[in-house]
Amino acid sequence: MNYTTLARSIIRGDRKAAARLISVVEDEEEGYGEAMDMIFSASGRAGVLGITGAPGVGKSTLVFELAKGFRKEGKSVGIVAVDPTSPLTGGAILGDRIRMSELSSDPGVFIRSMGSRGGTGGLSLQASATVRILDALGCEEIIVETVGAGQTQVDIMGLADTVVVVTMPGSGDEVQSIKAGLLEIADIYVVNKMDLPGSMSTAADLRAMIDLVEDWKGWKPPVLLASASGARGLEEVAGSIRRHREWFSDPEAHMERRASQARKEIYDIIASGILRAISSAVTDEEMGELVRLVAERKMSPYDAARKVAGSALPGADLYKAL
Amino acid sequence: MARKIRVLIAKPGLDGHDRGAKVVARALRDAGMEVIYTGLHQSPEQIVQTALQEDVDAIGLSSLSGSHDVLFPRVMELVRKNRMKVLVTAGGIIPEEDVPALRKCGIAAVFGPGTSIEEIVKFHKDRLGRRS
Amino acid sequence: MPMALALEKKVKGSRGRGGTAAGGSQAVAPGMETVRKAGYPNLSWLETSQFYGPEGGFDYREKLGSPGEYPFTRGIHSDMYLGRLWTMRQFAGFGSASETNSRFKYLLSHGETGLSVAFDYPTLYGYDTDDPHSEGEYGKCGVAISSLDDMTALFSGIPLDRVSTSMTINGPASVIWAMYLAAAERQGVPAASLRGTIQNDVLKEYIAQKSFIFPPAPSMRLVVDTFEYGMKHVPNWNTVSISGYHIREAGSTAVQELAFTLADGFEYVRQGIERGLDPNKFVPRLSFFFNAHNDFFEEIAKYRAARRIWAREMKESFGLTNEKAMKLRFHTQTAGCTLTAEQPENNVTRVALQAMAAVLGGTQSLHTNSLDEALALPTEKAVRTALRTQQIIAYETGVPNVADPLGGSYYVEWLTDEMEERAYGIFDEIASYGGVLGAIDRGYFQKAITESSYRYQREVEKKERIIVGVNEFTSEEPLEIPILRMDPKGRERQIARLRKLRRTRDSASFEKALSRLRKAAEGDENTMPAILGAVKANATLGEVTGVLREVFGEYREQRII
Repeated sequence: MNYTTLARSIIRGDRKAAARLISVVEDEEEGYGEAMDMIFSASGRAGVLGITGAPGVGKSTLVFELAKGFRKEGKSVGIVAVDPTSPLTGGAILGDRIRMSELSSDPGVFIRSMGSRGGTGGLSLQASATVRILDALGCEEIIVETVGAGQTQVDIMGLADTVVVVTMPGSGDEVQSIKAGLLEIADIYVVNKMDLPGSMSTAADLRAMIDLVEDWKGWKPPVLLASASGARGLEEVAGSIRRHREWFSDPEAHMERRASQARKEIYDIIASGILRAISSAVTDEEMGELVRLVAERKMSPYDAARKVAGSALPGADLYKAL
Repeated sequence: MARKIRVLIAKPGLDGHDRGAKVVARALRDAGMEVIYTGLHQSPEQIVQTALQEDVDAIGLSSLSGSHDVLFPRVMELVRKNRMKVLVTAGGIIPEEDVPALRKCGIAAVFGPGTSIEEIVKFHKDRLGRRS
Repeated sequence: MPMALALEKKVKGSRGRGGTAAGGSQAVAPGMETVRKAGYPNLSWLETSQFYGPEGGFDYREKLGSPGEYPFTRGIHSDMYLGRLWTMRQFAGFGSASETNSRFKYLLSHGETGLSVAFDYPTLYGYDTDDPHSEGEYGKCGVAISSLDDMTALFSGIPLDRVSTSMTINGPASVIWAMYLAAAERQGVPAASLRGTIQNDVLKEYIAQKSFIFPPAPSMRLVVDTFEYGMKHVPNWNTVSISGYHIREAGSTAVQELAFTLADGFEYVRQGIERGLDPNKFVPRLSFFFNAHNDFFEEIAKYRAARRIWAREMKESFGLTNEKAMKLRFHTQTAGCTLTAEQPENNVTRVALQAMAAVLGGTQSLHTNSLDEALALPTEKAVRTALRTQQIIAYETGVPNVADPLGGSYYVEWLTDEMEERAYGIFDEIASYGGVLGAIDRGYFQKAITESSYRYQREVEKKERIIVGVNEFTSEEPLEIPILRMDPKGRERQIARLRKLRRTRDSASFEKALSRLRKAAEGDENTMPAILGAVKANATLGEVTGVLREVFGEYREQRII
């Protein structure tokens, strides 16, 4: 399969080609780099919004409402919804579309569900490639939705110009986990389900947490109350997103974020590409044998790694690298 | 990394009986597949657009209201129109005598009441095995 | 899942010896092992002892009372079925109003004693037959009713003061009820002499059945509007049928069915009181609807526990004084989900046993499923056999001759107590979510049901549970069940009728009625009079519901798999 053909079709607006290339990236098939070069050149126009938060806080409903708002402005929308993959079976149920089904047949919307699968730095790399593909396809606004507050979420959210962290009343633990994981990347906080008891105190806790940071370098994250399902507070959320975007459009403001994102992406591409190239130098049987030896403690894992790498990179000083 | 089988489980029509669809979705997940679940009340257009965007290998249609005779062929028509290569199966309450017509319009298998979930999982693995 | 854990808790028989519940269940292969061990988990994964015996300190008056006495564990009437048999009420409806009208007349002529209307999916969602959402669904699972004219045709030749009618309708219940009241008026029957039930149980729609239209708050308002209107104008009408049936069909256990349903019931009572209605007056018009599943004694215990809990809660927690409000009256339907497509004639036996459990449990009315319903809509002959099953129980078995004949059975009393205790455990969990509405919002019910249903299915697949003719005792034989087919031109004719109605009705009074409805919905007055006005002005179901959709918004399904 020649992926550059797919890339050309995508740039012409072929949705099916976009869907296919996203799968190629997700499945980590070989040789799509050149296609991604083309996609890169054709992208860079879309606004990228990140939405994250714990399960059940109403992220998908918020994404749906914001997407509807963008549609009303006449903009085309791409949505990337990431759900966890089961570590036991490798399977996943991706159900974010349930809350967005009205958008499914809208030709101005493209929704893609992703399982977190469990590659190393792979997920954020795949998410970033997916965002670029949708951008090249012509989506003017792209929303990336992830669950939780782990390092992977932080990495994925690095893609976004604006990050909205969603929470809901009644869970002090959540504020703690935001503090531990998302404080540095959140641009806007939304306390969703504002009708439930405790929304004011959750908002107050968040504000107190924000106030502890001394220098916000020009943007102090607002804390907003909303009810996504009751369509309340959404104007304020959209307004804050717009204001943040204006502020962020100043290159000075976002250089730092962009640079760290670029650095991470380069390393991720090297890591996953080199790993793939090196791994393909040994057969499945050979790999199986090495795995068995290490598992039986008959060989050091470092030694096994050198053996694999050695067959791909003859002559390299592997003791220095591994 | 191995290619992953992606399956769309969809509920066309208005019936709210999603017990079977959810059981199948969970079983396919437990078999290592990525299952996209649409939720209730999907029109054929929504289902096919979803399948296209999600680049799925298979679509499972579930209906218990009897609307399969109208809605399932419509899905197949749209699959063809979009020139999609996708394995489509059906489940729910589907009278035996409706099966030939559904098969004829391109539905690969009809899983009636009492079909074991293992059988459904196996069917998908066998037919899409290259990808797992 | 805290719920699943609670259910797995190993239970020792409190009465009798021998309760060394051997964990894990074992299937008995046909013709091989015949020794069955104690400790079989029942359908709620509750383990039973080998047998049950007497236990000290059993307070007859507190726990049971005689039939017709508080807490009504043994039944709500002292003479039970000697006074009057249960109402034999077969759920029916397909195609057009006139096709269903013929089926009703057929059933009445064969000894049925109450009507029960099944509506098609578009009607259940408040869509007219010609709405794009209705594509492929017309008349399939029930009758299509889009206007007052349709409702009038549905009951043509059936005097509405002489039958009681149950209508399975929820989201647009008040609109359909208004059409029924208006159809009765056309027959010259005053509202005060009408008897029947609208299901109108929106809570279980969010929990299990999913034919919801509006978000919970406006839905509850519409329900309480019908309570209030019914008290004043249709005093013999049951304005809600609080339903566990669908919760069970979605895959819950019997204990979950019991607890979720009663919790919904408490919520309706609370909401009515909040409106300022007198609970001693409106609670007697709340009725219930349970499932009759396969586990014979568990089902009987479920009905008995339900009556006791309801009576206690109404008297002690809500402080009601009207004894009628403490009596839990219920309709039962045999479990559709137990019907098998394989060897469908076996379903007659299943239905007979389930119906027997309902009668032994003291049901007020009963629907027996037809043997072909796992395949398609039932044929006339299959429906007749289902009705005959009830008649055999009523007239041949002698079972109705004594009230609560199983009262005092060591096992049944133990099981009744056990289910009651577990139900209270579930009430506590629901309370921890801030009540039923909070628990719906957090997906508590839906998750619990999904877990139970998946677990059950897994056990069937592994043959830890035997389903005769499905995973054991199978036989390869071609299915020979005649399938009911509808008039293929029915839909076009229905659409033509609707279009003609819209063309010929008085558009000034139609417009006026709809704007009055919008005003009522936007404000806080009771919506029933405005809805009644709209249907009398020949507004269609879709038009009336459409106004309410615009004012109230629509509810979207939660993401729980």
